[in-house]
Amino acid sequence: MSIDKDTAARVAKLARIRVEEDALPDLANEFNNILTFIEQLSEVDVDGVEPMTSVTPMALPRRADVVTEGGDAGPVLSNAPDAREGFFAVPKVVE
Amino acid sequence: MLDLTYETPKPKVIAGAKHDWELVIGMEVHAQIATKAKLFSGASTEFGAEPNSNVSFVDAAMPGMLPVVNEFCVEQAVRTGLGLKAQINLTSAFDRKNYFYPDLPQGYQISQLYHPLVGEGEILVDMQPGIARLVRIERIHVEQDAGKSIHDMDPAMSFVDLNRTGVALMEIVSRPDIRGPEEAAAYVTKLRQILRYLGTCDGNMQNGNLRADVNVSICRPGAYEKYQETQDFSHLGTRCEIKNMNSMRFIQAAIDYEARRQIAILEAGGKVDQETRLYDPDKGETRSMRSKEEAHDYRYFPDPDLLPLELEQSWVDNIAATLPELPDAKKARFVKDFGLSEYDASVLTADVDSADYFEKVAEGRDGKMAANWVINELFGRLKKEGHDITSSPVSPEQLSAIIGLIQKGDISGKIAKDLFEIVYSEGGNPEEIVETRGMKQVTDTGAIETAVDEVIAANPAQVEKARANPKLAGWFVGQVMKATGGKANPKAVNEIVAAKLGL
Repeated sequence: MSIDKDTAARVAKLARIRVEEDALPDLANEFNNILTFIEQLSEVDVDGVEPMTSVTPMALPRRADVVTEGGDAGPVLSNAPDAREGFFAVPKVVE
Repeated sequence: MLDLTYETPKPKVIAGAKHDWELVIGMEVHAQIATKAKLFSGASTEFGAEPNSNVSFVDAAMPGMLPVVNEFCVEQAVRTGLGLKAQINLTSAFDRKNYFYPDLPQGYQISQLYHPLVGEGEILVDMQPGIARLVRIERIHVEQDAGKSIHDMDPAMSFVDLNRTGVALMEIVSRPDIRGPEEAAAYVTKLRQILRYLGTCDGNMQNGNLRADVNVSICRPGAYEKYQETQDFSHLGTRCEIKNMNSMRFIQAAIDYEARRQIAILEAGGKVDQETRLYDPDKGETRSMRSKEEAHDYRYFPDPDLLPLELEQSWVDNIAATLPELPDAKKARFVKDFGLSEYDASVLTADVDSADYFEKVAEGRDGKMAANWVINELFGRLKKEGHDITSSPVSPEQLSAIIGLIQKGDISGKIAKDLFEIVYSEGGNPEEIVETRGMKQVTDTGAIETAVDEVIAANPAQVEKARANPKLAGWFVGQVMKATGGKANPKAVNEIVAAKLGL
């Protein structure tokens, strides 16, 4: 798999990370290095092997349907750059 | 259990300028799972709370917070799957759907793309008595809802409320088996009915607790049958998805508009682009959300914060053992046990509260008579005053007592309506009211005979006429009823009048 400049720009945009035009070729190159390294894994035959989701035998922890949190907008909003009348206030998002 | 036979409805055909066209519709319904707490946090799901008060640090995506799944959400989704006769996947997994939006603080929605909790099921969609469409369910997966953005409170800012963020949803995905706007609305109605019977979603569309995305395509007559034979989608047209509708009326109007839009494009020699569209109820049209298409490349991947969800078959079996009687089965039973028409049974089983009410009324009473009273008198009266069955001023016990009085012959059907009015507006025990207000039907033949004698004695001319023309005996019956304040048993009066006139 080869990443070109346009793909690098697209990935950056999807991640909302600003990358200047002249930095894109290097970024694409870095992506390619990473992917080439990862692609070594495809040499391993994993036919019939279940994906490993945990290194120790663990079950997914579960909680009961009980309200244990919330009830106070104060701490939730305390890091917000702007909040009004209990809402987060963000630059206008227009559909 | 279910032995109602049905015929398949005809698909809706729209005549274009050149050809006839048929519609093919698949739906994705988002149903909020009825729980107290959210899918992955302990914050409340209650509607209408102060902004951002039902928000935990998990929902706000504070660094280092980890999701822990609410087991009851899983149970409710499994219950829904069982109610739709679907396969339950004992192993499922959560994935991240990545996108940026202010009301999604995590930057991704936790959903289930690759391994949904529930697999294939079905819904029988009733159109009319004896006519129904079996719609296949492809899958149900569990996911987080997003928050709410408000754009009209400030000219320069959008306001964000995260109360809804992280609330559990079921996305119920159908196969493209729906063939017209009315069927689409009937599908949502039936699904909503089943969810409410199961208690897994309150079905409140106004609050957005049930909303539908509709996939619409059109094809020439005959093409759909080829698709059904082969399950090959190339027989069908290109589909457009209309997002996020929360009214049956809008769903129908949007489908109708969208089908006609696609017909116009194809008949003009154009090509339908597969895209996401939004229905504008004010203008009555759908429009493209192309901006969304470009921005959305979701880059799904398994959520590394969550292990696969493994269920025990015995746990699923326990849920199956506690499933309530569902609408189709209840309807079939009402037809069989109470002798109701399918139509009346449908009306009474439309929601579980009405069905429960009817069963209490009908206990020990004539089923058809009970159905008539509930549907015609009670529902009519409740509707007029904007009540629903749960806030009915007449309890099932009271209505049952009124019907009991009719069946015993204590009151006539006409007096029963007066009695119903009294009970509706004043309350009280129907038997006592009948006693204390002297509403009881006179079945004492002595008293009726006296009344008949008096009427005959006072109207010799009418007697002559009636003897010549027995049809006029009805006049005497009317007079006697009037004299007894409507309380005389009409059958007894008829007999006595006939006997006394020598007819």
